[in-house]
Amino acid sequence: MSGADGARRPVMESLLVGVDHSESARRAARFALERAHALRARLRIAHVINWSRYHIQSLEETFERPVRRREEIARAQAEVLDPLLAWAEEEGLLEGVEVTTSVEHGRPSEVLADMAAKEGSDLIFVGRTGEANLRTAIFGSTASRLAQHAPVAVVVVP
Amino acid sequence: MSAFTHTIPATGAVLAVGAEGSLDSFLENSFGPVARGLESVVFYSVPLFGTQFPLIVLWLVLLGLFFTVWLKLLSVRGMAHAIQLVRGRYTDKDAAGEISHFQALATALASTVGLGNIAGVAVAISLGGPGAAFWMIVAGFFAMSTKMAECMLAVKYRHVREDGTVSGGPMYYLRRGLADIGLKKTGLVLAALWAFFMMIAAIGTNAFQSNQAVAQIVEVAGGGSVGAWLDDNRWVLGLALALATGAAILGGVKGIAKVTEVLVPFMAVLYVASALIILAVNLTAIPAALAEIVTSAFNPQGVAGGAVGALIVGFQRAAFSNSAGVGDAPIAHSAVKTRRPATEGFVAALEPFVDTIIVCTMTALVIVTTGVFRDADPDAVDGVTLTSRSFATVAEWFPYLLAIAVVLFAVSTVLSNSYYGMKAFGYLFGDNRIAENVYKVVFLSFTVIGGAVSLGPVIVFTDSVFFLPAVCNGIGLYLLARVIRREFRGYWHSLRAGEFETVEEMHAARNTARRTTDGS
Repeated sequence: MSGADGARRPVMESLLVGVDHSESARRAARFALERAHALRARLRIAHVINWSRYHIQSLEETFERPVRRREEIARAQAEVLDPLLAWAEEEGLLEGVEVTTSVEHGRPSEVLADMAAKEGSDLIFVGRTGEANLRTAIFGSTASRLAQHAPVAVVVVP
Repeated sequence: MSAFTHTIPATGAVLAVGAEGSLDSFLENSFGPVARGLESVVFYSVPLFGTQFPLIVLWLVLLGLFFTVWLKLLSVRGMAHAIQLVRGRYTDKDAAGEISHFQALATALASTVGLGNIAGVAVAISLGGPGAAFWMIVAGFFAMSTKMAECMLAVKYRHVREDGTVSGGPMYYLRRGLADIGLKKTGLVLAALWAFFMMIAAIGTNAFQSNQAVAQIVEVAGGGSVGAWLDDNRWVLGLALALATGAAILGGVKGIAKVTEVLVPFMAVLYVASALIILAVNLTAIPAALAEIVTSAFNPQGVAGGAVGALIVGFQRAAFSNSAGVGDAPIAHSAVKTRRPATEGFVAALEPFVDTIIVCTMTALVIVTTGVFRDADPDAVDGVTLTSRSFATVAEWFPYLLAIAVVLFAVSTVLSNSYYGMKAFGYLFGDNRIAENVYKVVFLSFTVIGGAVSLGPVIVFTDSVFFLPAVCNGIGLYLLARVIRREFRGYWHSLRAGEFETVEEMHAARNTARRTTDGS
């Protein structure tokens, strides 16, 4: 498909960065935006809302789920992605980079790996420590799980 | 009167034990006759094989038997597939963040697993001997097919609103499903009747749960002054339970539902684990217990009505434990995110399997291996108390754990039932705040009454009202039998033909597609 016109493709054309509320995510986003700029690659900024199909719900929550889900997505957009984009704009990081954003539900490491496969991303960026909690302390971080399962190279930004 | 009630202690006899003139005995005096009057209508019995067979029990068993044959054992053949569905093997990524098959199943289970399995088995064994447990398991097996059929319909005919929220359950599939096959009027009548009966049934279940939770707290409190006082003033505990529930359903306190929903699965696992420990201790007694359960199913000793008597008791308690055919669980199952209604049918079949077959077998084995039921005075030690004492023979601490578990199970079932009752209420009366609150207050007052009176009249009342919705739901299921079979056949056929991709296959397909695009 590509290469039909004989032009050389850039080494990397599509990058993915996973972000959350944390400082570490900011650093990862900065790093990813700078690489995207240098490589002239597209960048998808993704936030994953932690969700498991095994979370226990009360009957009432069960029926409110579709509404809650939309609220969660709207909140993620307003509290994570929008401030991040505003910050990147201010820092002048968005210039010359084609950025798309998405919010998904699921286990962050799995969703990011799947997304990379689906979108054909060439590289995934994540911060080293996200919103650390007890679970992370016991089961390891998104970054380490992602490094083990991702279909493409993973850059863990300190 | 059915054979069943002859074995229940007469209300008067129980009264004599309680303190005369107390609030408990007042409630008992007023409640008992009403319950028994209702029972004589619902449990209208016909003579069969020399004993009285309540028609409603026969109705539910035949319903399960019919769908087991009609769907050619699909409930069992589809179990492996059901487990794959629960594990999300066929779940689209788009469904992330929506209600999964696991969650729908867990929610439905949280409202059925509980006292029906713990106290119900004990009631069955004390009335029908160990053989009743065998019939409970058989009934659980039939129940899988009923659940499968009704929960599939609940998804197929659910009402999806613009905001994506759904309403489903018998009132919707009776109305829409029957209208689809040209029985519009029948559908409307059955749906309205079902909703009306469900409102009352929810109240009945609530009384039973409260009764058994209070019984276990009194059991644990012991014979000291506190225990004796609680025993004489059970309504206080019932009131406490009603206040906790009321805070959740009237006061909108979310924490109570949250805590119970999180703890209930945990307690269920703990209960099964405790049962396994006790069975491990009594390992050598298990073969004999199994033999006794099976042989006394066909030839029980000293059971009113003989084998048929044991069968009736077993079937009745099983029906109460898994509620298949009643139509309450389909409400919970209808919330699942799926494009294919049949999937939730397969998943729902696991519900009686876990609820009645696994948990009830465990409880029955514990009761029979420990042998407590043989020595206990059936008038004083019944229901949850029997289970508790059986467990206590091996683990002295168990009654305390059980008391916590029972209270949690009771609260979660009471909350779910208030929700089911409200859904039925909403279907009939729309959103009328004042009427809703009146219903909730009536509901809660039965939490208090249920706690105060003795088990006999409560079981009579609960059983009577609990099975009323099953009449409407059952008629609807028979009328929709062809629709049900068509849906499952079509799905099963497509599944076998490999038309539904698993998550792994979706991935593989995606990766292949990617390699071809990259392969320049």
